[in-house]
Amino acid sequence: MSELRSKVIQLYKHLQFLGREYPGVNGPQKFRQQVRDAFLKNKDETDPNKIKALLAQGRYVAKEVEALYSLKKYRSIKQRYSQE
Amino acid sequence: MSRILVGVKRVVDYAVKVRVNPEKTGVVTQGVKHSMNPFDEIAVEEAVKMKEKKLASEVIAVSIGPSQSQEVIRTALAMGADRGIHVEVSGKEYDLLQPIHVSKILAKLALEEKADLVILGKQAIDDDCNQTAQMTAAVLDWPQGTFCNKIEKTDAGLTITREIDGGLETIKTKVPAVLSADLRLNTPRYATLPNIMKAKKKPLKKVGASDLGVDTNPRIDIISVEDPPVRQAGAIVPDVDALVSKLKEGGHC
Repeated sequence: MSELRSKVIQLYKHLQFLGREYPGVNGPQKFRQQVRDAFLKNKDETDPNKIKALLAQGRYVAKEVEALYSLKKYRSIKQRYSQE
Repeated sequence: MSRILVGVKRVVDYAVKVRVNPEKTGVVTQGVKHSMNPFDEIAVEEAVKMKEKKLASEVIAVSIGPSQSQEVIRTALAMGADRGIHVEVSGKEYDLLQPIHVSKILAKLALEEKADLVILGKQAIDDDCNQTAQMTAAVLDWPQGTFCNKIEKTDAGLTITREIDGGLETIKTKVPAVLSADLRLNTPRYATLPNIMKAKKKPLKKVGASDLGVDTNPRIDIISVEDPPVRQAGAIVPDVDALVSKLKEGGHC
């Protein structure tokens, strides 16, 4: 149980860290609040299998956000340096 | 096996709108977000990937600039580089630092650290010089592979696919060599928080440009820095005849 708990905390910290650069007006605040709400919503979950599923979902979101950042960077650099 | 030297530059972040300062001596850098040059991120990623494939034994990140440049070295270390070297150049000397100085410093370090490969970003997004890799290869008298799209290890050396106008070119080079990374070489990884913490413990050496025997005296003077001209507003023409006469006026047909 405590092992899962530390994994959840790790994921939460990672998502909060990722949120610092979230695009948009007040993007970081909104994203980080959403993460907080999502974690709070499931704070009473005790079934280990459900917690594992939620962890997987959270990791998927983290991957998507990372992909979003790298795509955003790639696109703006490409736009800046290609003539077409 | 082989040692890779990667150059990283601290530049104004790509997402920041750059403004010229009122004295017209440069752009506003105070209180502006800085990060690693995106092309250098790609270079670091490629070096780390080579290390993961056991094609390299050590990745050394080098940055030249004021003390804040250590931030980008830490980022490179968090991405997987093993150690960092910070060459301190600051103040006016840094403002007027040119690729010629940088390439001499990098060449010196490549020899000193016995590097087998130097990977750099093709250009920095602040000055857009696109000269450092080429000049470093010239100073070292090593082969160069610029605008890399793909780097593969073959028995004696490297097979490189380069991005050229309207296509790709494949070349073979021996090592040691100097490579420069283009945009599509790879997708840089995101430095995670635990890795950033671990990077703080990795060794970072600080040297001065004069310790390396490189003269960083400015060779240029910045006369003035201007904003690009603002695009002029277009006009809507009522019909084809008006369009043709307008074009004739402008000397287009």
